[in-house]
Amino acid sequence: MVLNPSGDVANQQRDLLVSSTALMLVIIIPVIVMTIVFAWRYRHSNKQARYEPNWDHSIHLELLIWAVPLLIVIALGALTWVGTHMLDPYRPIDRIKAGLPISRKIKPLEVEVVALDWKWLFIYPQYGIATVNSIAAPLDRPIEFKITSASVMNSLFIPALAGQIYAMPGMETQLHAVANKAGDYQGFSGNFSGAGFSGMRFVFKAMLDADFDRWVARVKMRGGALQLETYQKLKLPSDKQPPLEFATVDPQLYPVILHRRTSIP
Amino acid sequence: MTYTKMPATNLSGSDSSAIEFVQLEAHEHPPGASTLLGFWIYLMSDCLLFAALFATFGVLGASYAGGPTPKEVFELPLVAVNTSMLLLSSITYGFAMLATHQQRIARTQFWLIITALFGAAFVGIELYEFAHLIQDGATPQRSAFLSAFFTLVATHGLHVTVGLIWMMTLMIQVGRGGLNLANVRRLTCLSMFWHFLDVIWICVFTFVYLLGTLR
Amino acid sequence: MSALLGRLSLDVFPIHEPILVATFAGVALGGITLISVLTYFQLWGYLWREWFTTIDHKRIGIMYIVMAFVMLFRGFTDAMLMRAQQVVAFGGSEGFLPPHHYDQVFTAHGVIMIFFVAMPFVTGLMNFAVPLQIGARDVSFPFLNNFSFWMTVVGALLMNTSLFVGEFAGAGWLAYPPLSGIDYSPDVGIDYYIWALQIAGIGTLLSGVNLIVTIIKLRAPGMTMMKMPIFVWTALCTNVLIVAAFPILTVVLALLSLDRYAGTHFFTNDMGGNAMMYINLIWIWGHPEVYILILPLFGVFSEVTATFSGKKIFGYTSMVYATVVITILSYLVWLHHFFTMGSGASVNSFFGITTMIISIPTGAKIFNWLFTLYRGRIRFELPMMWTLAFMITFVIGGMTGVLLAVPPADFVLHNSLFLVAHFHNVIIGGVVFGTFAGISYWFPKAFGFKLDFFWGKMSFWFWVVGFYLAFMPLYVLGLMGVTRRLRQFDDPSLQIWFVIAAIGAACIAIGILSFGIQVFVSIRRRNELRDHSGDPWDGRTLEWSTASPPPTYNFAFTPVVHETDAWWDMKQRGFRRPATGFNAIHMPRNTPAGLLLAAVAGVFGFAVVWHIWWLAGLSFSIVIAGAIFHTFNYDRDFQIEAKVVGHTEDARTQELAQFPA
Repeated sequence: MVLNPSGDVANQQRDLLVSSTALMLVIIIPVIVMTIVFAWRYRHSNKQARYEPNWDHSIHLELLIWAVPLLIVIALGALTWVGTHMLDPYRPIDRIKAGLPISRKIKPLEVEVVALDWKWLFIYPQYGIATVNSIAAPLDRPIEFKITSASVMNSLFIPALAGQIYAMPGMETQLHAVANKAGDYQGFSGNFSGAGFSGMRFVFKAMLDADFDRWVARVKMRGGALQLETYQKLKLPSDKQPPLEFATVDPQLYPVILHRRTSIP
Repeated sequence: MTYTKMPATNLSGSDSSAIEFVQLEAHEHPPGASTLLGFWIYLMSDCLLFAALFATFGVLGASYAGGPTPKEVFELPLVAVNTSMLLLSSITYGFAMLATHQQRIARTQFWLIITALFGAAFVGIELYEFAHLIQDGATPQRSAFLSAFFTLVATHGLHVTVGLIWMMTLMIQVGRGGLNLANVRRLTCLSMFWHFLDVIWICVFTFVYLLGTLR
Repeated sequence: MSALLGRLSLDVFPIHEPILVATFAGVALGGITLISVLTYFQLWGYLWREWFTTIDHKRIGIMYIVMAFVMLFRGFTDAMLMRAQQVVAFGGSEGFLPPHHYDQVFTAHGVIMIFFVAMPFVTGLMNFAVPLQIGARDVSFPFLNNFSFWMTVVGALLMNTSLFVGEFAGAGWLAYPPLSGIDYSPDVGIDYYIWALQIAGIGTLLSGVNLIVTIIKLRAPGMTMMKMPIFVWTALCTNVLIVAAFPILTVVLALLSLDRYAGTHFFTNDMGGNAMMYINLIWIWGHPEVYILILPLFGVFSEVTATFSGKKIFGYTSMVYATVVITILSYLVWLHHFFTMGSGASVNSFFGITTMIISIPTGAKIFNWLFTLYRGRIRFELPMMWTLAFMITFVIGGMTGVLLAVPPADFVLHNSLFLVAHFHNVIIGGVVFGTFAGISYWFPKAFGFKLDFFWGKMSFWFWVVGFYLAFMPLYVLGLMGVTRRLRQFDDPSLQIWFVIAAIGAACIAIGILSFGIQVFVSIRRRNELRDHSGDPWDGRTLEWSTASPPPTYNFAFTPVVHETDAWWDMKQRGFRRPATGFNAIHMPRNTPAGLLLAAVAGVFGFAVVWHIWWLAGLSFSIVIAGAIFHTFNYDRDFQIEAKVVGHTEDARTQELAQFPA
């Protein structure tokens, strides 16, 4: 849900969306009302209304009709400039939520994301584990996504957490976010990528620190190993892939995918 | 023209009989009166086509993908010869147009032939260069840089080829109909086209070859 | 691969897809019926002589619009399929469209609606009205005009061939690589897309050049630039945009086809290719394209508002400047289509703010229309109803558009159904409503009788209500985080919104049907609806000064312009139409050359799609040779004798006397 998010970044994006809308309604509503009122008042059958067939110019009105939109755009432009820089997905976040700045001690959770046909691979380099079509993160800890794609363009989007950013082959994009409320949230691709696009869904699980540690331990215990060979099989197209877990990951795998090499150096 | 142009402020209902609202004489636009403007606008769109190709080359010009670099593949002396062919052809086309305006058919045809020969030489040298590159493994499929290079240069070459076909068509038409209004107009259009290709080539030479070898 | 037939074989006919087989049966049946009717009433000769080979701008304009309606039928069918699929594909249901088919449906919907519905609507209106409004007898290059039209038709035909021979593209209407590259889309779909658009694009470009030159060179004496009707101004700006933007599309599609056919590496994943460049280039064309579509309709709304308010347009000068400013700014905003590519905050905010700046001149235009209504005498005829619906609908679409231009907001709304709702909001609310306003406004001029009012109202209300029902739910869904182009859904709470949207689409279907009935009823009642005066709306511009429908030569005498609203001015000052003293008029002759060249170009397109190289080579050579051959024909004009002009004009004199205003 875009309007009721559970992460601070998405929250701020929602606020910006609402305030911009409010700013524009200042002019939109009068225009709609005026259209209806003028159309009714100056209808042909209403002979009481003034009729001035040659009135086509008024310097004051014209100044006004250029100035009012201009002023609104200036306000909106300022909002945009600030908001875009504050909410730049590449910029590390500086607060956990409103009024709670980040403490230096917390190390962000790093997640390397690879869009495959048609599923998502998440690698946790700090923990040496990986998952497919499911992702977990602890509450109130910044998350640093590094995103690429192994085939076509996709877009990583978890609406409850933060806005989206493209996943493109041979390139890396970044996204910084934080989850503030525990729960399971929908994630998917926001950019059409072919036949299995609809099934490219995953669950984003935001959980307490302790639960996250238990989750990591469980993945380490139960999952298999993700080597280049396993990856080559994994990347073959598949539709509606159920979640997978890998207890170990070759640390060179992500750079190999990103730089489009065919073997581990 | 029969109509009188009156300032709008002087007009009032009373003297409306004095105002002409239609032209009673036949109003003719001579055939082809707009052709030069139309062709000029077409050239501007063609110019944007090249702009897009230059932009593409600008973006991909350094994406060698481990393949050959401009320094390794470009032979500046050959390109210099080629450039002079095209520049000379522009000058000779100018002579052809001078003759055209003097209504001298034979002289026009002569200079057109010379121009066409220079143009053909240009295309020939370009094809030789391409063959050479492909033999050395620098094919358009080798890297994004080479894809962009071949596409940009070949698009220009294709334009020159079209110009040559057009020139030959015009030589036949001038031969049959002389330097009538329609043919002079067509020669003028081709003239604009030909000089335009010259300008584009100067950009190709500078941005692709010269700056490429410096890079 | 065979040398004779390329990739073509019996397997490419989709006989295993019941929907397509049924469609084919329907189209075949309809086609056979149409051909039989035309043959029975012996209309072929008439169509060929009077329409297909015509170089008359009015008839070419009408043919563009007829073609757009045929294509609207196709594009709308795709829309209904999508709405139906999204209604049923819940709770584990696959719906009735497999991915392969669904992807083609939404791609075809976008491509057809933009290139073969909206574009021909706009080009058709401009072709019909511009020469009349500037007091000209035709466009500058009448033959080219005919050729442009047939190239557009051939592009549309080639695209629709993919329904029954092979398949269409399934990579979205802009065919982003690498998905549209040979590795991920090896079939013919993308090739159909490329060649259909390239062929139609040539037509569009040439018609753009043609109309610019027409407006610059053929205006009636006295009509300075600042005395041109607003519609002519917007047409001029649109055609400048066409000439300046379509070459980019040509290049980007050519590069994509080189990647697909020749193995180059412009947009591939490896060997240095860069797909981001495709996305940049295509939107450098794509954003001006949006204004190419909307600007002429802004012109229509201006004409309609002034006419039906019985007033001069308010703020003519600022209207013109607003149009020109929009034209220029439309080149500086393309990146707002992909803020999510990660260009960095400064670049994103630059393009976000330039986008917002466009809303200033657009807002000024809205206010100008508003103050044209003010102290007017508004007649609620059909064109005016469409205009009012536009004004209310368009500001909502404008607002959501500016919202999408705020990059952080775009991060959560990009590619969502909110975006889909936004662009339908401006395209239906602007382009489609504007086209209907334009059609109902100029219909009496084109055919000599008005459109039936009752069925027009039916069409109007079903369209407007249907639009709100169909797209307001999509705004809601977008805010719920639903992305576009999805074929299946998990969350059952979304379903109700899709059901409402489908009901809206059904209403629009009734609106389209009502328009069809409206035309049919109007033809039957044409004698009651007849416009004898040539000026049924008490118009202001020159097209209303001549007969309805206008004679081939438009104006027996070239008008002389003194004021902005030239015809209004003439009426105010008691202009009397001269009834004698007609001159012979020089006009270009009809020719089949444009149709034939375009047809062979179509064969070329088909051959290239299917890799039938011999046929491609042959047809290409024929096009070139044919074009050269055509230039050997120097004798392209004929004279309409003064006597003939006199007869036509005398008939009008009598009609005017018989039916005084």
